[in-house]
Amino acid sequence: MAPPANRRSGFSRRAQYSTFFQYTAGVMGAVVGLGLLVVSIVNPDAFATLRSAAADLTESPAQAAAGTRHTARSFVEEIGGFFQSGRENARLRRELVEAKVRLVQAQATEAENKRLKQLLDLQEDEGQTIAYSRLVSSTGSSPRRFAILGAGSDRGVAKGMPVRSQMGLVGRVLEVGLSSARVLLITDTESVVPVRRSQDGVPAFAQGNGDGTIRIRLVNLGINPLRKGDVMVTSGSGGLYRPGTPLAIVTELLRDGAIARVLSNPSNTDYVVVERAWAPAPPPPPAAIEAGES
Amino acid sequence: MTLLSGNDTVVRQRINRKPSRIIASGLPWFIVMLGSLVPNWLLIASAPVLPPLGFLIFLAWRQVRPGLLPMWAGLPLGLFEDLFSGSPYGTAVLLWSLAAIVLNDVENRLPWRNFLTEWLVAIGLIVGYIVLCLGISNLAGASVPVRATMPQIVISVMCYPLVGRFVALMDRVRLTPFVDMR
Repeated sequence: MAPPANRRSGFSRRAQYSTFFQYTAGVMGAVVGLGLLVVSIVNPDAFATLRSAAADLTESPAQAAAGTRHTARSFVEEIGGFFQSGRENARLRRELVEAKVRLVQAQATEAENKRLKQLLDLQEDEGQTIAYSRLVSSTGSSPRRFAILGAGSDRGVAKGMPVRSQMGLVGRVLEVGLSSARVLLITDTESVVPVRRSQDGVPAFAQGNGDGTIRIRLVNLGINPLRKGDVMVTSGSGGLYRPGTPLAIVTELLRDGAIARVLSNPSNTDYVVVERAWAPAPPPPPAAIEAGES
Repeated sequence: MTLLSGNDTVVRQRINRKPSRIIASGLPWFIVMLGSLVPNWLLIASAPVLPPLGFLIFLAWRQVRPGLLPMWAGLPLGLFEDLFSGSPYGTAVLLWSLAAIVLNDVENRLPWRNFLTEWLVAIGLIVGYIVLCLGISNLAGASVPVRATMPQIVISVMCYPLVGRFVALMDRVRLTPFVDMR
């Protein structure tokens, strides 16, 4: 189809002005956008309140959608499970026998641990859970990896708190609204988590890669000690993340680190736990030490 | 025969009816806003995989019905999109406004339009939009490589004709006469 003739403004003054104002309005929009962009790049928190308010307003339909999401997934899984149940059953029986043996060993270790901790006079810091909630939405079409949590300051969630599922670390709270909170997922490129290898504590940093995987960067350069299948857990250095939370499993080795897969895929977890930000016991202030010495 | 009579009732239902003024002018805005809101609820994505549906619907409205959404529509709709998109605030306002201007200009220059040319123009705008979004995010602190957005670009380009069909359907819904004329 040829463009309609009335697109050309011709000699009509009114039509010419109308076209001109149309373009002016469009350019004005672009200029306003550029201004907003400069403000938000210079000061990233400038629009946090606005975003939180919007997330609060859309939280209840998002909660409903999250419920359906879970139902749909389990429906698909159930159909898949129907075809695999025999094989699955045999495998699970075998694993159960192994697990029973390991459980006895673990109980023995736990008892020994408790005894040793009593000797050392260490205290358990349990009961750090702040809230259970769903991740209700995420920025699936943006290069950034944010998710919205269905709990906000009304349930005690505060900025900086780590979020985890039963499988491992999910992210940390970035902005808090009244009934929702924005979470920076560990797969985001701006998220850096101090980690160590679970077996022997080789220290590293885990940074998001932007495509769903995680880049492990070793702290000590030299021969790369990582192997495929190594599990990285948070080391707790610098505070924030409690040590020992599983994070990722190494899938591919690089010269100075590795590519790892996230253990707790947030799309497979129904509920997540918000924990209190972990802080190691602060070292005694230097003034106090000097006073004690003198 | 039943088919004919069925048609007859449809026609009879439409006699002495007119489209609702609010729906006719408000539905395009509403659909675009829904498009920037709903995909976020579908899954908790750990990579950019979902198409920027709000932008696709915005483009499709401007291609299906040029001039229905005014040139400045990118400003309010972009403000809304930015609340939920995760990109720095103002990204969508800037890029949607620019896309509207570019699209208008291209359509004025192209003498003929068909499915393929419309799609090709849209592909150019979609790829440009996704890559510029990535660039702006990286400017604001992220460091995502371009290859991470490849799946998203392919999915967006492939699903654009479907979005166009959907928008055409919504255009018919918008103009369905159902309000009694008095």
